[in-house]
Amino acid sequence: MSQALRHARYVVTENPVTLAAFALFSGFVLLAVVGPWVAPFDPLLSDTARALQPPTWRHWLGTDQIGRDILSRILVATRLDLVIALAAVAISFGLGSLAGACAGFFGGWTDRIVTRVVDTIMAFPLFVLAMGIVAALGNTLANVVIATAIINLPFYARMARAEAHVRRAAGFVEAARLAGNGPGRVLVMHVFPNCLPPMMVQASLNLGWAILNAAGLSFIGLGVRPPTPEWGIMVAEGAAFIVSGEWWIALFPGLTLMLAVFCFNLLGDGLRDLIDPRGRT
Amino acid sequence: MSEPPLLSVEDLSVEFKTRDGVVRVLESVSFDVRRGETVGIVGESGSGKSVTAFSILGILASAARVTGGRALFAGVDLLTASERERNRYRGRELSMVFQNPRTALNPIRPVGKQIADLLLRHGNVPRASVRDRVLELLARVQIPDPVRRYHAYPFELSGGMCQRVMIALAVAGAPRLLIADEPTTGLDVTTQGEILDLLDGLTAQSRMATVVITHDLALVAERCDRIVVMHAGHVVESARARELFTTPRHPYTARLIAATPRPRAKLGELLPIPGSVPDLRAALPPCRYRSRCDRAQSACDQAPLPTTRVAPDHVVACRFPR
Amino acid sequence: MVLARLAGRRLALAVPALAGVVVVTFLLNRALPGDPAAFFAGPAATQQAIHEIRVKLGLDRTLPEQFLLYVRDLARGDLGKSLTTGQPVIADLLTRLPASLELTLCGLALALAVALPLGVLAAVRPGSWIDHAARVTTTAGVSLPIFFTGLLLVYVFYYLLGWAPAPLGRLDAFSSPPVARTGFYLADSLLARDSALFRAALRQLVLPALTLGLFAMAPIARMTRAAMLGVLGSDFVRTARAMGLAPRTVLLTYALRNALLPVVTLLGMVFSFLLGANVLVEKVFAWPGIGSYALEALIASDYAPVQGFVLMMASIYVVLNLTIDVLYGLIDARVRIEA
Repeated sequence: MSQALRHARYVVTENPVTLAAFALFSGFVLLAVVGPWVAPFDPLLSDTARALQPPTWRHWLGTDQIGRDILSRILVATRLDLVIALAAVAISFGLGSLAGACAGFFGGWTDRIVTRVVDTIMAFPLFVLAMGIVAALGNTLANVVIATAIINLPFYARMARAEAHVRRAAGFVEAARLAGNGPGRVLVMHVFPNCLPPMMVQASLNLGWAILNAAGLSFIGLGVRPPTPEWGIMVAEGAAFIVSGEWWIALFPGLTLMLAVFCFNLLGDGLRDLIDPRGRT
Repeated sequence: MSEPPLLSVEDLSVEFKTRDGVVRVLESVSFDVRRGETVGIVGESGSGKSVTAFSILGILASAARVTGGRALFAGVDLLTASERERNRYRGRELSMVFQNPRTALNPIRPVGKQIADLLLRHGNVPRASVRDRVLELLARVQIPDPVRRYHAYPFELSGGMCQRVMIALAVAGAPRLLIADEPTTGLDVTTQGEILDLLDGLTAQSRMATVVITHDLALVAERCDRIVVMHAGHVVESARARELFTTPRHPYTARLIAATPRPRAKLGELLPIPGSVPDLRAALPPCRYRSRCDRAQSACDQAPLPTTRVAPDHVVACRFPR
Repeated sequence: MVLARLAGRRLALAVPALAGVVVVTFLLNRALPGDPAAFFAGPAATQQAIHEIRVKLGLDRTLPEQFLLYVRDLARGDLGKSLTTGQPVIADLLTRLPASLELTLCGLALALAVALPLGVLAAVRPGSWIDHAARVTTTAGVSLPIFFTGLLLVYVFYYLLGWAPAPLGRLDAFSSPPVARTGFYLADSLLARDSALFRAALRQLVLPALTLGLFAMAPIARMTRAAMLGVLGSDFVRTARAMGLAPRTVLLTYALRNALLPVVTLLGMVFSFLLGANVLVEKVFAWPGIGSYALEALIASDYAPVQGFVLMMASIYVVLNLTIDVLYGLIDARVRIEA
């Protein structure tokens, strides 16, 4: 354990960027938890007298078209965006890696069915499929999470399948079997845990993508409905005002979105360095 | 005998920049090659044989730097020549046959076209007759059915055939010097013999000088006029083949010869060389064989390592040659 | 001949993909919220009327039967009718498809034109400013939400600088579309020898194509750079240099062609993103393509166009993947010549 910590410390100090990403990540998580309390204004409170104001001392990031404070809305939206992304990634990670591990481990029909399902998902342009799923199942937040989870499933399923396949062929599975463990036990206790590390790298990279996806869906009107504050829908609301020069309504939520995704990508790269230093570019 | 050597390598030193520091891969390497001669460079893996060849041709990796010495080819120092000048020699006057022929050829280009590329670049061959020239070359290196093989990809050819293609590439420009880096490693024994015979034949036909780089002593014993023995980036001994084998003067050479398996010798009779090639990243004594030498004395730690000429064509880098 | 055989083999692999797409779109079709029959009948309908519509739509049959009916309709090109336009969905989609294709193709062309040289140069000159520029582009490009990039570009180039026209679609208010021969305004205006119209269409294309292009540039440049770096250190490039070949030959014929292989494979994923991003860009720039068609229908709760859109996009994607496989086989003989 201490060796792992030492290695972690080495990677973190070697690469200050990873450290910065981790700090940023912690910042976002903190905001998600305490957002509503630190927001200076009520995110839903509209004050039409102060509508469309650029950044001022009172409203640091300006106000939108019905006078709501943009900073407060962004802070409160952190929770929603992170929860959506985390939920979607957690579901696809859990289901995908389990399905993939079973497919790679048992082979045969399990493998064929899982592969067929995964290939079918990947036959669609993924965002389009998400649109289709939300349109079909109904325009709710839960369905946005489900749709994002489904389109992310293939990455985990394929990875887990490959890893399980490799480990199935490796000697230690045989050894566990010989020690009297049934196949299910071998899968859960030996194969599955070993598949996890590379997939955790994938998961943190996926978080960034899941946020972009959810934001994209809400940008086109799926999932989140006004007046709920969410980064994507705030950009959509601000879009109409860009052509008339009120840039702050769309810019700040967009920048926050970008920062969050950037942070998750860097974190993913850093995790990858931690787990497999050979893979550095 | 009185003409100057075709290739004269003098005091060549090369270092590599690595994550762990600077590695002095070659230090003061010197040897000559005369016109029409076959010179063998032997040594263990890691002794710097291939790096020497790459330095002469100017195709070292970017992390490598030549830190001293000259490589005079027909009077021109290839190490200080411009890249453009060097490119005029490569493939034409001076060429190379690489190890692992299958990976050394472009995997997605038919082999005939690869030879054609070279001919078009160097040969002053009119476009219309390039294909015929390629077929001629393929026949010359004894590739059966050259017409069909023109369009073949490297993955469709056996290791031996790929090596023949490499040789065809190397002799296409009618070079005066051919460097063959481990030309037979990885090939089965019969093919090895065929490839070496082919090289011999080509050498004889055109008075082409050849440098054969290998770890196989038996190979150089049979086919080379002179032999250069390398260890850990140094040339430890160089002499005419017969003289090297009858009277090796450097302890390493003697050990190498003794370690070569002989038919009917038992496994237990094999004499390995003790120790291993020293870590070139660390600080090294002037004689890099010192740690493995059974005749080392305290005087051996004195710099510089002297080079003694024990006979007209026999040089040893040892303070106390036998 | 080789091409035909290669295409044929890949086509056989595309069939199960298409089958999967059809099944999924059918399931999405049937997963609609509420009772479609009641929906189509309208709020004032009687139970009898609803029942009649249910029979007409085939909703009283079993699920497998409904699937067969669905496939039969698809084979006839019947994707249903749009409630908002009143037209058959297939007609609407085909009318609006060229707009989307023109945009996507221009975006892709732009991305390739910038990313490929950028990646190559970054690999050839590691550590130089161009290498750093490439790395910044790729890292930023991957993180930026595409709708945000589009808006930023509109703000900077239209509002601030006034260089770009208003994001109002394919043509400005004063121009009328050329005679539709290909549906691509650029091509059609050239065919009609109307250079003023060509310029007008081009001006409108710049920002949306740039938005899509920036998005696709990042992964392509990253992969090109990585692949080139790998190939430049390979044995066969070393042989090519030892053979004294011209530096340009070594770079292009020997190095780049090999490096393009993983880039071509990557294009599959890039297309997936591009086709999805198309929808977002069409919304930002009011582009009258199939993406905005689906969005308008979605807002109006008109589902047939949305499903038709998903089906069409997926089919285009399958065809694109097929093309990529064939292209790969053309470059790399190892894939073509299977023992």
